[in-house]
Amino acid sequence: MTMTLIQQLITIGMVILGTVATRFLPFLVFPADKPTPKYIRYLGKMLPSAALGLLVIYCFKDVSILDGTHGIPELISVAAIVALHIWKRQMLVSIAGGTIIYMLLVQFIF
Amino acid sequence: MASKNKIVKAFHTALPYTIPIFAGFVFLGIAYGIYMNTSGFSAVYPIVMSATIFAGSMEFVAVNLLLGAFDPIRAFALTLMVNARHLFYGISMLDKYKGTGRKKHYLIFGMCDESFSINCTADIPADVDKGWFMFFVTLLNHSYWVCGAAIGGLLGSLVQFNTKGLEFVMTALFVVIFLEQWMKEKRHYSALLGLGISSLCLIFFGGESFIIPAMLIILVCLMAMKKPLEKAEACV
Repeated sequence: MTMTLIQQLITIGMVILGTVATRFLPFLVFPADKPTPKYIRYLGKMLPSAALGLLVIYCFKDVSILDGTHGIPELISVAAIVALHIWKRQMLVSIAGGTIIYMLLVQFIF
Repeated sequence: MASKNKIVKAFHTALPYTIPIFAGFVFLGIAYGIYMNTSGFSAVYPIVMSATIFAGSMEFVAVNLLLGAFDPIRAFALTLMVNARHLFYGISMLDKYKGTGRKKHYLIFGMCDESFSINCTADIPADVDKGWFMFFVTLLNHSYWVCGAAIGGLLGSLVQFNTKGLEFVMTALFVVIFLEQWMKEKRHYSALLGLGISSLCLIFFGGESFIIPAMLIILVCLMAMKKPLEKAEACV
């Protein structure tokens, strides 16, 4: 360990500070007791779907199409989740089903 | 004891929503604890860091920061970049977290990907207190994560079973939540923009640095399309 305890604590503190900053900033800039500007209300209504889309893509940021398993197990599993969800529309069934298929694929086939 | 009933009811409503996260967080938390353990840190580190940082991917990055040279500014800047997506969550939750009283500070502190996606999309029954529901979703997720990290940090090398691929449970959760949101909304412009722009940015900028450009382009597109989009929403 090259860092002293104090240096470690400061580093951890900076990570906490950075995380808290990204979470609190919108609430500090647009406090609840003041009317929220129109364009922020519009964004608040439109952003959730876009943010969830971003989050889904974020999950695949370490998947490489060009090498390894070419993202095939991921693709099959996501397709299975979509099919299961359209068929049964049970969140836990879709999540468990997709995860089990993925685990079987990466453990036994790929 | 009307208020006690209210709290218990919110807890019972929140619990099932967090079950997939229980599986994912305990597993990922254990993985994180083991990673810290094998990197030479005592169990105190993963326990304290999981409780205070509570941002999964950043905690893995923080291990490398701790092993490298002391550079607090870089640690801060890197955290802002990795966690910038929280800004979108905050803007989305401005209204939902309104009127939750003192719980609001904790709700914002604990607004990880998982808590955000549940609190943002869950259909909370009218007779369940929304503030307490969101509080328990956040608190349960937080406890799963800390428990996992503690188990991993303490038992570390003892844990041995073939869990390869189990981390996909988090991806599955987000895909299902995205689908639910998709089935609920009448227009999919925003969802498609989010998927499309993020995919393009991932291809062009790579996994390490695509988030910030993706967020900026999503913002610019949404702002540029404000008039036609609002018109389309109003027609529904």
